[in-house]
Amino acid sequence: MLETVQRPLSAGTERPGQTPARPDSTLHHVRTAVLFTIISLVVLGLVYPLVIAGLAQALFPSQANGSFVSTNGKVVGSDIIGQLFTKPRYFHGRPSAAGKNGYDPTSTSATNLGPTSKKLIDATKATITALKKENPDATAPIPMDLVTSSASGIDPDISPEGAYYQAARVAKVRGLDVRRVQALIAAHIHPRELGFLGEPHVNVLELNIALDGLR
Amino acid sequence: MTPQGWLQAAVFLAIVVALTKPLGLYMARVFAGERTFLSPLLAPVERLLFRVCRVDPVREMSAASYLFATLAFSVLGLLYLYVLLRTQKWLPLNPQDFDNLTPDNAWNVAVSFATNTNWQFYSGESTMSYLSQMAGLTWHNFVSGAVGIAIAIAVIRGVTRTDRKTVGNFWVDVTRALLYVLLPISFIGALVLCWQGMPQNFNPYRDVTTLEGAKQTITGGPMASQEVIKELGTNGGGFVNANSASPNENPTPFSNLFEMLLIFVIGAALTYTYGRFARDQRQGWALFVAMALLFGAGYTVAYAAEAAGNPIVHHLGVAGGNMEGKECRFGVPASSLFAAVTTDTSCGAVNSAHDSYTPLGGLVPLANMQLGEIAFGGVGTGLYGMILFVVLTVFIAGLMVGRTPEYLGKKIEAREVQLAILGALVLPIFALVPVAISVLIPAGTATLGNGGVHGFSELLYGFTSTTENNGSAFGGLGGNLYFNVVMGIVMLAGRFLFLIPALALAGSLAGKKSVAETVGTFTTYSPIFVVLLLGVIAIVGALTFFPADALGPIVEHLQMLQGKVQ
Repeated sequence: MLETVQRPLSAGTERPGQTPARPDSTLHHVRTAVLFTIISLVVLGLVYPLVIAGLAQALFPSQANGSFVSTNGKVVGSDIIGQLFTKPRYFHGRPSAAGKNGYDPTSTSATNLGPTSKKLIDATKATITALKKENPDATAPIPMDLVTSSASGIDPDISPEGAYYQAARVAKVRGLDVRRVQALIAAHIHPRELGFLGEPHVNVLELNIALDGLR
Repeated sequence: MTPQGWLQAAVFLAIVVALTKPLGLYMARVFAGERTFLSPLLAPVERLLFRVCRVDPVREMSAASYLFATLAFSVLGLLYLYVLLRTQKWLPLNPQDFDNLTPDNAWNVAVSFATNTNWQFYSGESTMSYLSQMAGLTWHNFVSGAVGIAIAIAVIRGVTRTDRKTVGNFWVDVTRALLYVLLPISFIGALVLCWQGMPQNFNPYRDVTTLEGAKQTITGGPMASQEVIKELGTNGGGFVNANSASPNENPTPFSNLFEMLLIFVIGAALTYTYGRFARDQRQGWALFVAMALLFGAGYTVAYAAEAAGNPIVHHLGVAGGNMEGKECRFGVPASSLFAAVTTDTSCGAVNSAHDSYTPLGGLVPLANMQLGEIAFGGVGTGLYGMILFVVLTVFIAGLMVGRTPEYLGKKIEAREVQLAILGALVLPIFALVPVAISVLIPAGTATLGNGGVHGFSELLYGFTSTTENNGSAFGGLGGNLYFNVVMGIVMLAGRFLFLIPALALAGSLAGKKSVAETVGTFTTYSPIFVVLLLGVIAIVGALTFFPADALGPIVEHLQMLQGKVQ
C-alpha cells in the first residue's frame, strides 16, 4: 500500500538514511506519535509562549503586563478592565454578572439570561428604576447599555450616551458646571476605529481619573 | 442598522477574499512539497524533525493508514491532556495554586481540546494553571488544527488524483501545517494582539485598590500566544470564561477584526488550495462563493434581529438594539458578525453571550452549526465537510438527468454516496438524540440557566455545538457529571465518525480512473451548481433540524412578540 511519489521538500534534499523496516505498522505509528508529541510539546507548548512573552515584554511591556494605570504614583486598576463604581461622584459602568458584586476579573461572565427570561426582565426593571432615581436631572432617554449586562462582566466602557446621561448627576455632586463635565466626556469618546470598526465608547476608568483631575 | 455596521462586514469579507489566493497558493506549494519563501528557514528544521521521529517524507500512506496515524496521535494527545489536568497542582507555573480538575471534568476538557471543540465546562481564570493553558490547551490548539488541515489535504488529494492508492503522509502533512502555516501566522499574530492590549506574562494575579477604594484582582497569564491559535486553528477555547468578550482576550474593535480574520482565513484559502490541486481554480471558487453566500445570509439575519432588539425591554421605555450580553466597544454589528463567523467555522470563540441573543439572532449561530459549519468552516473540517455535500449534490444532479454522476472526472458510485450519507448522519444522530434524552431525565435539565423553551434551546445548542466540534455555547447551561461524560462522547463521535467517512471517500476516489469530459458532463463550477449545492445543504439541514428549532428559538420568537416572559 505504499508508494514513493510525494516530492521531497526541496531539490537536493536527501532522504533520511534509515527507512524503517515496516513503516506502516501499528508500532511505527505509535512510536512516531509519541516522538512527535514530545517534540511538538516542547516547541509549541513551552518555547513558543516563552518567546512570545519575551518579545512582548520587550516591545509592548505595558500591554503585556496588563495595562495597569496609576494616579499619584498609585496603581488604581487596568486600563482595559472595567471596575465597579457606585459612588454618585463617579461615572458608573454597566450592570455586571462577574462575581458576587460584579466586575470581578477572576469570575468573568454574562448573565446568560434569554430575551424572554422573567429574571432578566425583572432585573432590567429594577435597574431602570434605580437609574432614574440616581439621575433625577437626566433628560435624555435611558441608553440601552446602562440597563443591560455586558458579555464579560468587566466591560471597561459605556456608550457616549451612557456617559452624557450621568453628566448632570456627577456635575451636581462635584459642584461643577455641567458643560465642563460634558466637554470632558466629549474629549474621552473613543470613536469607531478607522471610522467603521466597533462602536463609539467611553472608558469609564479613564473618564473618572480625568474627572478627579478637574479643579 | 448602520452604514458602518455593513461596511465593517463588507471590509472584513473583502480582506478574506484578498487573502484567499495568496495564502491558498502558498498552502498548495507547502503541501505539494514545493519550495516556499520560508523553506530556507524551515526545511532544515523539518528534515531534523522527520529524522528524529523516523518519518520518511516521501513515503505516502493509504487512507486506512492515514486514519490510523490520525487516531494514534489524537488519542495520545487526549490521554496526555487528561494526565496534565489531573496533576497540575503539583506541576510548575501555577501561581494561583489551582487544584487538579475532577476526573469527569478533566475527561470533558481533554476530549474537548483533542477534538478541536473547546467546549468549556470550566472557567479558565479560576481553574487552569499557566502550564495547563500553554502546554496543554495551546499545544492542543495547534495540533488539533493541524490535524484538521492534514485531513483536508488528504481528502483534496483523494478527490483530485487518479488511479492511486495513497492520499499522502499524515506526519508530513501535520508537520507542514504546523511549521509553515500555523506557527508563523501565530507568531506574528500574537504580537499584533499584544500590541492591541492583550497580556502575555507569567505574573501571579495582582490585587489593586480601585479608584473608589475597593479591592480588585487583575488576572494575567500567557494569553496572546494562546489567543491567536485559538482563532487561527478554529479552536475557540478561551483563556478566561468570557472568551473573546473579555477585554483581555479582545481589547479593541481592531483586535476583534483581526481575530475574525484569523478564524476565516485558512478555511477560505483552502478552497483556493483545492482548486490548485484540481488544476481548475473554478472548482475552488465555486465552493468559495457558496460559502460566502451562506456567511452573508447568516450575518444579515443576525444583525437585523439584534439591531431590532428585544420588544419586551423596549416596552420598559428603553429603545435600541439588544445589548444584553454584548460589549460596548463592539456593539451590535461587531457582535453579530463575530457570532456568524465563529459558527460558520468550527471555532466557537465568542465575543458576546449567544444565550442572551434575541431568538432569531440566536438561531443564526445555531443554524450555522446545523448546516455543518461549512461557510469556510473549521480549518480543514469545513472543506471536507463541504466536499461531502458536493458528492451528494452531484449524485442528486445525476439522478435528475439520469446520468452516472461525475465529479472532477471521477464516477461517483454507490460507495461514495454511502460514505457521504454516513457523514451527513453523524450530526443529526449525535445532536438530536442526546437532547431528547436530556429533557427526559433530571440530570439533563438540572443545570439549565433558563426555564421554558429557552432552556430547551440551551440543550439543543449545546449538543449541536459539541457534535459539530464548535464549542460556543448558550452559556447558561452548566456542567455536571452527566454533561461532562455524555458531551465528551458526543464530541468524540462528532470528530471521528465524521472524519472516517471523509478519509474513506478520499481513499476511494483516489483509486478511480479519470473519465473524459463530454458535452453531457455536469459542470461543477457554474452558478447553477452553486445554487443546487446551497439547495442540498439547506434541505438536508432544514429537514433534519426544523422540528427541533421550531420547539426552541421559533416558539420563543413568537412568545417575545407577545411579550410573554417565564
